[in-house]
Amino acid sequence: MINVGEILLNLWESSGFNAIFSGFMADNGWQSLVMICIACVMFYLGIVKKFEPLLMIGLAAGCLLTNLPGGNLYHPELWTAFMNGELGYGTILHDGGLLDIFYIGVKAGVYPCLIFMGVGAMTDFGPLLSNPKSLLLGAAAQMGVFFAFFCATLLGFTAAEAASIGIIGGADGPTAILTTSLLAPQLLGPIAIAAYTYMALIPLIQPPFMKLLTTPEQRKIKMVQTRTVSKTEKIIFPIVVTIFVVLLLPDTAALIGCLMFGNLLKECGVTDRLSDTVQNALMNIVTILLSTAVGSTMVGASFLNLQTIYIIVLGVLAFILSTCGGLIGGVVMCKLSGGKINPLIGSAGVSAVPMAARVSNTEGQKANPSNFLLMHAMGPNVAGVIGSAIAAGFLISVFGG
Amino acid sequence: MLFLANALGQSHLTIGTAGILALLGYAVVFLGLILLMAVVMIIGKIFIARDKKASAAQAAAVPTAAPVEVPKPVAPGTAGELKLHDVEPKTAAMLMAIVADKMGKPLNELRFISIKEVK
Repeated sequence: MINVGEILLNLWESSGFNAIFSGFMADNGWQSLVMICIACVMFYLGIVKKFEPLLMIGLAAGCLLTNLPGGNLYHPELWTAFMNGELGYGTILHDGGLLDIFYIGVKAGVYPCLIFMGVGAMTDFGPLLSNPKSLLLGAAAQMGVFFAFFCATLLGFTAAEAASIGIIGGADGPTAILTTSLLAPQLLGPIAIAAYTYMALIPLIQPPFMKLLTTPEQRKIKMVQTRTVSKTEKIIFPIVVTIFVVLLLPDTAALIGCLMFGNLLKECGVTDRLSDTVQNALMNIVTILLSTAVGSTMVGASFLNLQTIYIIVLGVLAFILSTCGGLIGGVVMCKLSGGKINPLIGSAGVSAVPMAARVSNTEGQKANPSNFLLMHAMGPNVAGVIGSAIAAGFLISVFGG
Repeated sequence: MLFLANALGQSHLTIGTAGILALLGYAVVFLGLILLMAVVMIIGKIFIARDKKASAAQAAAVPTAAPVEVPKPVAPGTAGELKLHDVEPKTAAMLMAIVADKMGKPLNELRFISIKEVK
Protein backbone atom coordinates (compact mmCIF):
# COMPACT_ATOMS: atom_id res chain seq x y z
CA MET A 1 0.00 0.00 0.00
CA ILE A 2 1.45 3.37 -0.99
CA ASN A 3 1.76 5.81 1.83
CA VAL A 4 0.75 9.02 0.05
CA GLY A 5 1.31 11.07 3.17
CA GLU A 6 4.89 9.83 3.49
CA ILE A 7 5.62 10.57 -0.19
CA LEU A 8 4.26 14.08 0.17
CA LEU A 9 6.25 14.57 3.38
CA ASN A 10 9.44 13.42 1.63
CA LEU A 11 8.73 15.73 -1.27
CA TRP A 12 8.26 18.64 1.12
CA GLU A 13 11.41 17.79 3.05
CA SER A 14 13.50 17.66 -0.14
CA SER A 15 12.03 20.89 -1.49
CA GLY A 16 13.78 24.22 -1.51
CA PHE A 17 10.82 25.80 0.31
CA ASN A 18 11.49 23.53 3.29
CA ALA A 19 15.22 24.39 3.16
CA ILE A 20 14.40 28.10 3.23
CA PHE A 21 11.69 28.05 5.89
CA SER A 22 12.89 25.32 8.26
CA GLY A 23 16.44 26.64 8.15
CA PHE A 24 15.38 30.27 7.94
CA MET A 25 17.73 31.40 10.68
CA ALA A 26 19.91 28.37 11.50
CA ASP A 27 20.94 27.50 7.93
CA ASN A 28 20.86 31.02 6.54
CA GLY A 29 17.61 30.44 4.65
CA TRP A 30 16.94 34.17 4.91
CA GLN A 31 20.11 34.83 2.91
CA SER A 32 18.79 32.70 0.05
CA LEU A 33 15.56 34.71 0.08
CA VAL A 34 17.45 38.02 0.02
CA MET A 35 19.68 36.82 -2.83
CA ILE A 36 16.65 35.66 -4.83
CA CYS A 37 15.23 39.18 -4.39
CA ILE A 38 18.57 40.68 -5.50
CA ALA A 39 18.50 38.43 -8.60
CA CYS A 40 15.00 39.74 -9.39
CA VAL A 41 16.22 43.33 -9.01
CA MET A 42 19.06 42.53 -11.42
CA PHE A 43 16.54 41.08 -13.91
CA TYR A 44 14.59 44.33 -13.57
CA LEU A 45 17.72 46.45 -14.14
CA GLY A 46 18.69 44.42 -17.19
CA ILE A 47 15.28 43.99 -18.83
CA VAL A 48 13.44 47.20 -17.91
CA LYS A 49 16.27 49.69 -17.30
CA LYS A 50 18.51 48.08 -19.96
CA PHE A 51 21.65 48.23 -17.74
CA GLU A 52 24.17 46.19 -19.79
CA PRO A 53 21.37 43.65 -20.48
CA LEU A 54 23.58 41.16 -22.32
CA LEU A 55 25.53 40.59 -19.12
CA MET A 56 23.13 41.65 -16.39
CA ILE A 57 20.49 39.06 -17.30
CA GLY A 58 23.08 36.26 -17.29
CA LEU A 59 24.46 37.50 -13.95
CA ALA A 60 20.94 37.55 -12.52
CA ALA A 61 20.23 34.03 -13.84
CA GLY A 62 23.45 32.71 -12.28
CA CYS A 63 22.65 34.45 -8.99
CA LEU A 64 19.12 33.05 -8.96
CA LEU A 65 20.12 29.47 -9.80
CA THR A 66 22.93 29.34 -7.24
CA ASN A 67 20.68 30.60 -4.43
CA LEU A 68 17.76 28.22 -4.98
CA PRO A 69 18.31 25.67 -2.18
CA GLY A 70 18.62 22.06 -3.31
CA GLY A 71 19.62 22.92 -6.88
CA ASN A 72 23.26 22.02 -6.19
CA LEU A 73 24.41 23.77 -9.33
CA TYR A 74 27.30 25.61 -7.65
CA HIS A 75 29.42 24.48 -4.70
CA PRO A 76 31.48 27.24 -3.05
CA GLU A 77 33.08 24.67 -0.74
CA LEU A 78 34.60 22.88 -3.75
CA TRP A 79 36.20 26.10 -4.92
CA THR A 80 37.52 26.90 -1.44
CA ALA A 81 39.20 23.48 -1.41
CA PHE A 82 40.45 24.13 -4.96
CA MET A 83 42.04 27.41 -3.90
CA ASN A 84 43.70 25.67 -0.97
CA GLY A 85 45.19 23.19 -3.40
CA GLU A 86 43.25 20.25 -1.93
CA LEU A 87 41.61 19.25 -5.21
CA GLY A 88 41.87 19.90 -8.94
CA TYR A 89 39.65 20.59 -11.94
CA GLY A 90 39.05 16.84 -12.36
CA THR A 91 37.27 16.58 -9.01
CA ILE A 92 35.19 19.67 -9.82
CA LEU A 93 34.18 18.18 -13.17
CA HIS A 94 33.27 14.94 -11.39
CA ASP A 95 31.55 16.27 -8.28
CA GLY A 96 30.49 19.78 -9.31
CA GLY A 97 27.21 21.08 -10.69
CA LEU A 98 26.54 22.74 -14.01
CA LEU A 99 27.55 26.21 -12.79
CA ASP A 100 30.75 24.80 -11.26
CA ILE A 101 31.67 23.54 -14.72
CA PHE A 102 30.82 26.92 -16.27
CA TYR A 103 32.96 28.58 -13.58
CA ILE A 104 36.07 26.60 -14.59
CA GLY A 105 36.28 28.89 -17.63
CA VAL A 106 36.41 31.95 -15.37
CA LYS A 107 38.90 30.39 -12.98
CA ALA A 108 41.15 29.33 -15.84
CA GLY A 109 40.98 32.86 -17.27
CA VAL A 110 39.47 31.60 -20.55
CA TYR A 111 36.24 33.61 -20.81
CA PRO A 112 37.62 37.12 -20.12
CA CYS A 113 40.36 36.56 -22.70
CA LEU A 114 37.90 35.30 -25.32
CA ILE A 115 35.73 38.35 -24.65
CA PHE A 116 38.81 40.51 -25.13
CA MET A 117 39.44 38.77 -28.45
CA GLY A 118 35.90 39.75 -29.52
CA VAL A 119 36.44 43.32 -28.30
CA GLY A 120 39.64 43.47 -30.35
CA ALA A 121 37.81 42.22 -33.44
CA MET A 122 35.17 44.92 -32.99
CA THR A 123 37.61 47.79 -32.31
CA ASP A 124 38.95 50.23 -34.86
CA PHE A 125 42.30 51.54 -33.62
CA GLY A 126 42.40 54.05 -36.50
CA PRO A 127 41.51 57.10 -34.33
CA LEU A 128 44.28 56.14 -31.89
CA LEU A 129 46.82 55.68 -34.69
CA SER A 130 45.94 59.02 -36.26
CA ASN A 131 46.36 60.75 -32.89
CA PRO A 132 48.82 58.74 -30.74
CA LYS A 133 48.70 61.39 -27.99
CA SER A 134 45.32 59.85 -27.11
CA LEU A 135 47.32 57.19 -25.29
CA LEU A 136 48.20 59.78 -22.62
CA LEU A 137 44.50 60.27 -21.88
CA GLY A 138 44.07 56.52 -21.64
CA ALA A 139 46.83 56.51 -19.03
CA ALA A 140 45.50 59.54 -17.12
CA ALA A 141 42.09 57.89 -16.84
CA GLN A 142 43.52 55.01 -14.79
CA MET A 143 43.80 57.33 -11.77
CA GLY A 144 40.68 55.85 -10.17
CA VAL A 145 42.17 52.35 -10.26
CA PHE A 146 45.06 53.28 -8.02
CA PHE A 147 43.16 55.70 -5.80
CA ALA A 148 40.46 53.10 -5.10
CA PHE A 149 43.22 50.55 -4.42
CA PHE A 150 44.70 52.95 -1.86
CA CYS A 151 41.31 53.61 -0.23
CA ALA A 152 40.49 49.88 -0.10
CA THR A 153 43.70 49.15 1.78
CA LEU A 154 42.74 51.87 4.27
CA LEU A 155 39.38 50.10 4.79
CA GLY A 156 41.16 46.90 5.80
CA PHE A 157 41.10 44.86 2.60
CA THR A 158 44.18 42.77 1.83
CA ALA A 159 46.44 44.08 -0.94
CA ALA A 160 45.12 41.52 -3.47
CA GLU A 161 41.51 42.36 -2.61
CA ALA A 162 42.24 46.10 -2.82
CA ALA A 163 43.85 45.60 -6.24
CA SER A 164 40.75 43.73 -7.46
CA ILE A 165 38.48 46.49 -6.17
CA GLY A 166 40.66 49.19 -7.72
CA ILE A 167 40.50 47.66 -11.19
CA ILE A 168 36.75 48.46 -11.27
CA GLY A 169 37.99 51.99 -12.10
CA GLY A 170 39.37 50.66 -15.37
CA ALA A 171 35.71 50.38 -16.51
CA ASP A 172 36.54 47.18 -18.29
CA GLY A 173 34.47 44.14 -17.32
CA PRO A 174 36.70 41.33 -18.63
CA THR A 175 39.82 42.90 -17.11
CA ALA A 176 38.08 43.29 -13.73
CA ILE A 177 36.86 39.67 -13.84
CA LEU A 178 40.26 38.26 -14.83
CA THR A 179 42.13 40.26 -12.18
CA THR A 180 39.64 39.38 -9.45
CA SER A 181 39.45 35.70 -10.37
CA LEU A 182 43.23 35.54 -10.00
CA LEU A 183 43.75 37.72 -6.93
CA ALA A 184 40.55 37.68 -4.87
CA PRO A 185 38.00 35.20 -6.28
CA GLN A 186 35.86 35.48 -3.15
CA LEU A 187 34.98 39.04 -4.25
CA LEU A 188 34.16 38.19 -7.87
CA GLY A 189 30.37 38.55 -7.58
CA PRO A 190 30.19 42.05 -6.06
CA ILE A 191 33.09 43.35 -8.18
CA ALA A 192 31.51 42.13 -11.44
CA ILE A 193 28.14 43.59 -10.46
CA ALA A 194 29.74 46.93 -9.52
CA ALA A 195 31.83 47.07 -12.71
CA TYR A 196 28.97 46.32 -15.11
CA THR A 197 26.40 48.46 -13.26
CA TYR A 198 28.66 51.50 -13.25
CA MET A 199 29.58 50.94 -16.91
CA ALA A 200 25.86 51.09 -17.69
CA LEU A 201 25.55 54.24 -15.59
CA ILE A 202 28.38 56.11 -17.35
CA PRO A 203 25.93 58.54 -19.07
CA LEU A 204 24.75 59.51 -15.58
CA ILE A 205 28.06 59.38 -13.67
CA GLN A 206 30.33 61.29 -16.05
CA PRO A 207 28.50 64.45 -17.24
CA PRO A 208 28.44 66.33 -13.89
CA PHE A 209 32.23 65.93 -13.56
CA MET A 210 32.74 66.85 -17.21
CA LYS A 211 30.95 70.14 -16.55
CA LEU A 212 32.76 70.65 -13.26
CA LEU A 213 36.28 70.25 -14.63
CA THR A 214 35.95 72.06 -17.97
CA THR A 215 34.92 75.57 -18.95
CA PRO A 216 32.09 76.24 -21.45
CA GLU A 217 34.68 77.63 -23.90
CA GLN A 218 36.76 74.46 -23.67
CA ARG A 219 33.69 72.29 -24.26
CA LYS A 220 32.92 74.24 -27.45
CA ILE A 221 36.32 73.53 -29.03
CA LYS A 222 36.02 71.91 -32.45
CA MET A 223 38.80 69.47 -33.20
CA VAL A 224 40.34 69.24 -36.66
CA GLN A 225 40.06 66.06 -38.65
CA THR A 226 43.05 63.79 -38.13
CA ARG A 227 44.97 62.03 -40.90
CA THR A 228 43.74 58.91 -42.65
CA VAL A 229 45.46 55.76 -41.43
CA SER A 230 46.58 53.23 -44.02
CA LYS A 231 45.55 49.58 -43.92
CA THR A 232 49.18 48.48 -43.48
CA GLU A 233 49.51 50.60 -40.34
CA LYS A 234 46.37 49.03 -38.93
CA ILE A 235 47.79 45.56 -39.59
CA ILE A 236 51.18 46.33 -38.08
CA PHE A 237 49.71 47.99 -34.97
CA PRO A 238 48.36 44.88 -33.15
CA ILE A 239 51.57 42.98 -33.81
CA VAL A 240 53.76 45.82 -32.51
CA VAL A 241 51.57 46.39 -29.44
CA THR A 242 51.60 42.69 -28.56
CA ILE A 243 55.38 42.47 -28.79
CA PHE A 244 56.01 45.76 -27.02
CA VAL A 245 53.48 45.59 -24.16
CA VAL A 246 53.97 41.89 -23.38
CA LEU A 247 57.75 42.38 -23.28
CA LEU A 248 57.22 45.33 -20.94
CA LEU A 249 54.68 43.59 -18.67
CA PRO A 250 54.47 39.83 -19.30
CA ASP A 251 51.43 39.53 -17.01
CA THR A 252 49.38 41.39 -19.61
CA ALA A 253 50.06 38.65 -22.19
CA ALA A 254 46.64 37.01 -21.93
CA LEU A 255 44.60 40.21 -22.17
CA ILE A 256 46.71 42.22 -24.62
CA GLY A 257 47.53 39.12 -26.67
CA CYS A 258 43.86 38.23 -27.15
CA LEU A 259 42.78 41.85 -27.71
CA MET A 260 45.38 42.35 -30.42
CA PHE A 261 44.88 38.91 -31.95
CA GLY A 262 41.18 39.70 -32.36
CA ASN A 263 42.07 43.06 -33.91
CA LEU A 264 44.54 41.44 -36.29
CA LEU A 265 41.82 39.02 -37.46
CA LYS A 266 39.69 42.06 -38.30
CA GLU A 267 42.37 44.15 -39.98
CA CYS A 268 44.47 41.64 -41.90
CA GLY A 269 41.70 41.16 -44.48
CA VAL A 270 42.28 37.45 -45.07
CA THR A 271 40.42 36.04 -42.07
CA ASP A 272 36.99 37.58 -42.45
CA ARG A 273 35.23 34.37 -41.44
CA LEU A 274 37.23 34.10 -38.22
CA SER A 275 36.73 37.77 -37.46
CA ASP A 276 33.00 37.38 -37.95
CA THR A 277 32.89 34.34 -35.65
CA VAL A 278 34.91 36.06 -32.92
CA GLN A 279 32.76 39.20 -33.08
CA ASN A 280 29.42 37.44 -33.07
CA ALA A 281 28.99 33.71 -32.36
CA LEU A 282 31.97 33.22 -30.05
CA MET A 283 31.38 36.51 -28.22
CA ASN A 284 27.72 35.64 -27.61
CA ILE A 285 28.45 32.11 -26.39
CA VAL A 286 31.20 33.26 -24.04
CA THR A 287 29.03 36.12 -22.74
CA ILE A 288 26.36 33.59 -21.71
CA LEU A 289 28.89 31.33 -19.96
CA LEU A 290 30.80 34.20 -18.33
CA SER A 291 27.77 36.03 -17.00
CA THR A 292 26.05 32.96 -15.54
CA ALA A 293 29.31 31.67 -14.05
CA VAL A 294 30.11 35.00 -12.40
CA GLY A 295 26.51 35.36 -11.22
CA SER A 296 26.73 31.92 -9.60
CA THR A 297 29.45 33.18 -7.24
CA MET A 298 26.88 35.50 -5.62
CA VAL A 299 26.15 33.16 -2.74
CA GLY A 300 24.34 34.80 0.18
CA ALA A 301 26.96 33.95 2.80
CA SER A 302 29.77 35.65 0.88
CA PHE A 303 27.70 38.44 -0.73
CA LEU A 304 25.58 39.80 2.11
CA ASN A 305 28.23 41.51 4.20
CA LEU A 306 29.79 44.89 4.82
CA GLN A 307 32.55 44.18 2.27
CA THR A 308 30.01 44.24 -0.58
CA ILE A 309 28.81 47.71 0.47
CA TYR A 310 32.43 48.91 0.62
CA ILE A 311 33.03 47.49 -2.88
CA ILE A 312 29.95 49.23 -4.29
CA VAL A 313 31.06 52.58 -2.78
CA LEU A 314 34.72 52.17 -3.77
CA GLY A 315 33.66 51.12 -7.27
CA VAL A 316 31.75 54.34 -7.94
CA LEU A 317 34.63 56.33 -6.41
CA ALA A 318 37.04 54.57 -8.77
CA PHE A 319 34.82 55.39 -11.77
CA ILE A 320 34.50 59.05 -10.78
CA LEU A 321 38.22 59.47 -10.19
CA SER A 322 39.12 57.75 -13.45
CA THR A 323 36.76 60.15 -15.24
CA CYS A 324 38.37 63.09 -13.42
CA GLY A 325 41.87 61.81 -14.22
CA GLY A 326 41.03 61.67 -17.93
CA LEU A 327 39.42 65.11 -17.85
CA ILE A 328 42.39 66.66 -16.04
CA GLY A 329 44.64 65.08 -18.68
CA GLY A 330 42.35 66.55 -21.34
CA VAL A 331 42.50 70.04 -19.81
CA VAL A 332 46.32 69.87 -19.64
CA MET A 333 46.53 68.74 -23.28
CA CYS A 334 44.05 71.47 -24.26
CA LYS A 335 46.28 74.13 -22.68
CA LEU A 336 49.50 72.66 -24.08
CA SER A 337 48.03 72.43 -27.59
CA GLY A 338 46.86 76.04 -27.50
CA GLY A 339 43.19 75.13 -27.37
CA LYS A 340 43.17 72.60 -30.21
CA ILE A 341 42.05 69.66 -28.08
CA ASN A 342 38.60 69.51 -26.53
CA PRO A 343 39.16 68.25 -22.96
CA LEU A 344 35.84 66.38 -23.02
CA ILE A 345 37.53 63.56 -24.93
CA GLY A 346 39.61 62.89 -21.78
CA SER A 347 36.70 61.29 -19.94
CA ALA A 348 36.55 58.66 -22.71
CA GLY A 349 39.92 57.43 -21.44
CA VAL A 350 38.07 55.10 -19.09
CA SER A 351 37.54 52.01 -21.24
CA ALA A 352 33.77 51.28 -21.54
CA VAL A 353 33.95 51.23 -25.34
CA PRO A 354 32.08 52.95 -26.98
CA MET A 355 29.76 54.28 -24.25
CA ALA A 356 32.32 56.72 -22.79
CA ALA A 357 33.16 58.12 -26.25
CA ARG A 358 29.45 58.63 -26.94
CA VAL A 359 29.09 60.57 -23.68
CA SER A 360 32.01 62.85 -24.71
CA ASN A 361 30.32 63.42 -28.07
CA THR A 362 26.93 64.14 -26.48
CA GLU A 363 28.38 66.63 -23.98
CA GLY A 364 30.39 68.30 -26.76
CA GLN A 365 27.22 68.74 -28.82
CA LYS A 366 25.37 70.18 -25.86
CA ALA A 367 28.03 72.93 -25.72
CA ASN A 368 28.23 73.32 -29.48
CA PRO A 369 25.61 71.51 -31.61
CA SER A 370 27.93 71.38 -34.63
CA ASN A 371 30.67 69.65 -32.64
CA PHE A 372 31.32 66.02 -33.53
CA LEU A 373 33.80 64.54 -31.06
CA LEU A 374 32.95 60.87 -31.46
CA MET A 375 35.92 59.80 -33.59
CA HIS A 376 38.30 62.00 -31.58
CA ALA A 377 37.03 60.42 -28.35
CA MET A 378 37.43 56.90 -29.72
CA GLY A 379 41.24 57.36 -29.55
CA PRO A 380 41.38 57.79 -25.74
CA ASN A 381 38.58 55.25 -25.42
CA VAL A 382 40.55 52.39 -27.00
CA ALA A 383 43.73 53.67 -25.31
CA GLY A 384 41.85 53.16 -22.04
CA VAL A 385 41.41 49.46 -22.89
CA ILE A 386 45.17 49.10 -23.28
CA GLY A 387 45.76 51.27 -20.18
CA SER A 388 43.47 49.20 -17.97
CA ALA A 389 45.13 46.00 -19.22
CA ILE A 390 48.53 47.44 -18.27
CA ALA A 391 47.18 48.50 -14.86
CA ALA A 392 45.80 44.97 -14.36
CA GLY A 393 49.12 43.49 -15.47
CA PHE A 394 50.95 45.63 -12.90
CA LEU A 395 48.59 44.62 -10.07
CA ILE A 396 48.73 40.91 -10.99
CA SER A 397 52.50 41.12 -11.27
CA VAL A 398 52.93 42.75 -7.84
CA PHE A 399 50.28 40.85 -5.86
CA GLY A 400 50.04 37.63 -7.89
CA GLY A 401 52.08 34.49 -7.50
CA MET B 1 45.52 29.66 -13.74
CA LEU B 2 45.06 29.14 -10.05
CA PHE B 3 44.49 31.48 -7.16
CA LEU B 4 47.58 33.60 -7.48
CA ALA B 5 47.76 36.10 -4.63
CA ASN B 6 51.27 36.00 -3.14
CA ALA B 7 52.41 36.84 0.41
CA LEU B 8 52.33 40.58 -0.35
CA GLY B 9 48.87 40.18 -1.87
CA GLN B 10 47.57 38.44 1.24
CA SER B 11 48.98 41.06 3.60
CA HIS B 12 47.39 44.25 4.89
CA LEU B 13 49.49 47.14 3.61
CA THR B 14 50.43 50.19 5.64
CA ILE B 15 49.27 53.58 4.37
CA GLY B 16 52.77 54.45 3.23
CA THR B 17 53.31 51.20 1.31
CA ALA B 18 49.84 51.40 -0.27
CA GLY B 19 50.49 55.01 -1.33
CA ILE B 20 53.87 54.19 -2.84
CA LEU B 21 52.47 51.17 -4.73
CA ALA B 22 49.53 53.24 -6.01
CA LEU B 23 51.84 55.96 -7.32
CA LEU B 24 54.21 53.38 -8.76
CA GLY B 25 51.35 51.61 -10.55
CA TYR B 26 50.05 54.86 -12.03
CA ALA B 27 53.57 55.75 -13.15
CA VAL B 28 54.04 52.32 -14.78
CA VAL B 29 50.79 52.76 -16.75
CA PHE B 30 51.95 56.20 -17.91
CA LEU B 31 55.41 54.93 -18.78
CA GLY B 32 54.03 51.97 -20.73
CA LEU B 33 51.63 54.12 -22.72
CA ILE B 34 54.19 56.91 -23.31
CA LEU B 35 56.61 54.35 -24.73
CA LEU B 36 53.81 52.87 -26.83
CA MET B 37 52.92 56.37 -28.03
CA ALA B 38 56.53 56.89 -29.12
CA VAL B 39 56.48 53.60 -31.03
CA VAL B 40 53.16 54.46 -32.72
CA MET B 41 54.45 57.94 -33.62
CA ILE B 42 57.60 56.49 -35.19
CA ILE B 43 55.55 54.01 -37.23
CA GLY B 44 53.20 56.84 -38.25
CA LYS B 45 56.12 59.05 -39.34
CA ILE B 46 57.58 56.20 -41.42
CA PHE B 47 54.24 55.72 -43.19
CA ILE B 48 53.69 59.45 -43.73
CA ALA B 49 57.19 59.77 -45.23
CA ARG B 50 56.56 56.71 -47.43
CA ASP B 51 53.25 58.15 -48.65
CA LYS B 52 54.90 61.52 -49.42
CA LYS B 53 57.66 59.77 -51.33
CA ALA B 54 55.13 57.75 -53.30
CA SER B 55 53.04 60.80 -54.18
CA ALA B 56 56.19 62.77 -55.17
CA ALA B 57 57.30 59.93 -57.41
CA GLN B 58 53.83 59.79 -58.93
CA ALA B 59 53.90 63.53 -59.60
CA ALA B 60 57.35 63.29 -61.21
CA ALA B 61 56.16 60.50 -63.48
CA VAL B 62 53.45 62.71 -65.00
CA PRO B 63 54.73 64.09 -68.39
CA THR B 64 55.25 67.83 -68.36
CA ALA B 65 53.51 68.29 -71.70
CA ALA B 66 50.38 66.63 -70.51
CA PRO B 67 47.40 68.95 -70.53
CA VAL B 68 46.69 70.40 -67.15
CA GLU B 69 43.37 69.17 -65.91
CA VAL B 70 41.22 72.07 -64.86
CA PRO B 71 39.74 71.29 -61.46
CA LYS B 72 36.01 71.38 -61.30
CA PRO B 73 34.73 74.44 -59.46
CA VAL B 74 33.86 73.68 -55.91
CA ALA B 75 30.24 74.28 -55.10
CA PRO B 76 29.83 77.28 -52.83
CA GLY B 77 28.54 77.11 -49.31
CA THR B 78 28.60 74.39 -46.69
CA ALA B 79 26.05 72.24 -44.96
CA GLY B 80 26.07 74.87 -42.21
CA GLU B 81 25.58 74.26 -38.53
CA LEU B 82 23.13 71.51 -37.83
CA LYS B 83 21.14 70.94 -34.67
CA LEU B 84 20.33 67.33 -33.82
CA HIS B 85 17.43 66.48 -31.51
CA ASP B 86 17.40 62.83 -30.35
CA VAL B 87 19.18 61.78 -33.54
CA GLU B 88 22.53 59.97 -33.69
CA PRO B 89 25.19 61.74 -35.85
CA LYS B 90 25.48 58.58 -37.97
CA THR B 91 21.73 58.57 -38.66
CA ALA B 92 21.82 62.30 -39.45
CA ALA B 93 24.67 61.78 -41.91
CA MET B 94 22.72 59.02 -43.65
CA LEU B 95 19.56 61.15 -43.83
CA MET B 96 21.47 64.08 -45.31
CA ALA B 97 23.09 61.81 -47.90
CA ILE B 98 19.70 60.31 -48.85
CA VAL B 99 18.10 63.77 -49.23
CA ALA B 100 21.00 65.01 -51.37
CA ASP B 101 20.80 61.90 -53.53
CA LYS B 102 17.03 62.17 -54.03
CA MET B 103 17.29 65.86 -54.92
CA GLY B 104 20.23 65.28 -57.21
CA LYS B 105 22.20 68.08 -55.59
CA PRO B 106 25.66 68.05 -53.94
CA LEU B 107 25.47 67.91 -50.14
CA ASN B 108 27.38 71.18 -49.70
CA GLU B 109 24.75 73.05 -51.71
CA LEU B 110 22.05 72.06 -49.27
CA ARG B 111 21.54 73.70 -45.91
CA PHE B 112 20.24 71.57 -43.08
CA ILE B 113 19.05 73.54 -40.06
CA SER B 114 18.00 70.78 -37.70
CA ILE B 115 16.97 67.13 -37.66
CA LYS B 116 14.47 65.95 -35.09
CA GLU B 117 13.08 62.48 -34.51
CA VAL B 118 9.27 62.53 -34.68
CA LYS B 119 7.96 60.32 -31.87
